[in-house]
Amino acid sequence: MHRRFFNYFIASLAGGAMALVVAPAFSADEAANVMIQRMSTDVLDSIRADTSVKSGDLSRIIALVDTKIMPNVNFLRMTASAVGPGWRQATPEQQRRLQEEFKILLVRTYAGALAQVSDQVVTMKPMRAAPDDKEVVVRTEVRGRGDPIQLDYRLEKTPGQGPGWKIYDLNVLGAWLVQTYRPQFAQEVNTKGIDGLIATLADRNKTNAKKG
Amino acid sequence: MRDIGRSDLIACVVCSRSLSLLVLSLVMMLAGCATGPNANPADPLEPFNRGVYKFNDAVDQAVLKPVATAYRDVTPPLVRRGVGNFFNNLEDAWSLVNNVLQLKGEAAGNSLFRVGVNTFMGLGGILDVASEMRIDRYTEDFGQTLGYWGVGPGPYIVLPLLGPSDLRDAVGLAVDINGYPLTYVDDTTTRNALWILRAVDQRAGLLKVEGILDEAALDKYSFIRDAYLQRRRNSVYDGDPPDESQVEDAAPIDTPAK
Repeated sequence: MHRRFFNYFIASLAGGAMALVVAPAFSADEAANVMIQRMSTDVLDSIRADTSVKSGDLSRIIALVDTKIMPNVNFLRMTASAVGPGWRQATPEQQRRLQEEFKILLVRTYAGALAQVSDQVVTMKPMRAAPDDKEVVVRTEVRGRGDPIQLDYRLEKTPGQGPGWKIYDLNVLGAWLVQTYRPQFAQEVNTKGIDGLIATLADRNKTNAKKG
Repeated sequence: MRDIGRSDLIACVVCSRSLSLLVLSLVMMLAGCATGPNANPADPLEPFNRGVYKFNDAVDQAVLKPVATAYRDVTPPLVRRGVGNFFNNLEDAWSLVNNVLQLKGEAAGNSLFRVGVNTFMGLGGILDVASEMRIDRYTEDFGQTLGYWGVGPGPYIVLPLLGPSDLRDAVGLAVDINGYPLTYVDDTTTRNALWILRAVDQRAGLLKVEGILDEAALDKYSFIRDAYLQRRRNSVYDGDPPDESQVEDAAPIDTPAK
């Protein structure tokens, strides 16, 4: 009897300790808009602090995107959605290559845009989301000189993983990235197959890299 | 004709202009409709549109882009900003009308205030005093007004020289041209010069961006089309359109790649 009680005590203690360990992980999940705000400020600050970024050093910007933005992106989902129905026919190796080449293409594109950052600030727009939403849209505006630039994100909940949210689509000036790429990808897949799309992406990345 | 007021006259002009545009596009529509597996439902005129796109691109490369580049290289940034502000102010005046037509009180008030402040305190719009005062722009054109009242975009159309549009926005554009204050500059030479300056100013603004487009797009035509159609829908809903049944879900991500 005594022993059983003791075991029970130990078990509950262990349970409590586990709860203590696990709890902070859950409470560390921030709201999606808080995460976007933090990420945006962090990226803008790092660009401003880095003179080599301003002088157009693309490799530095790419490194910055890799460390500050990519960990918050579900790139698998982004690529799969952009490729569309063709994704399911792709082999794991093809899927890996697609993600790799698409990522290079996008990072380069956005690096070009980020290189023009100067005195911009990101402001958050009101969010409409229920507390238990698994997917939300966070709407922001980049304000600087000239008209504000609309920059929105679609995020999915990833409990206990990183900050608790991952971006899976991006909207610049009113156009969603996935929706804009999908017809172009479908065109390639329909005429040249998955390998054709991979080759086209790789080619484009090579020409882009040559431009310096 | 005596009973007809000025507004009716304008309406007539608008009608005749947009009608000829419509007839033109209808003819083209019949000339080549896109069919087949790759046909995009939003772009039934794709073969025709691609033709016009090529033509526009050629004109741009041959004339507009070199002129815009020279303009950018020759004029100091301050002058270019003044030119841009000037045309923005004219645009704000037309936005005011469209905000009223869309019953957007606050936006209309802001537009009115902007035009007033910039015209009278900003040297006829050359200085954007209103933005310094943090009064936001709410740009609205007649295509957006039509959209606000429920008119759908219709098929995508690439207009000769004017670029990407759709049926609704093409009609809207015909009205916009008549509502834009430049149309009422009396002296023909000045008016034409201002229209050209406006085109050059807008093109110069795109010089930085087009490099990104060149790099990012696999097919520039469809990239521009799909971005345009989304962006217009977004503008009709003032940046917060209802979700279009989440297109993403067409590709479930049940296959981990690693």
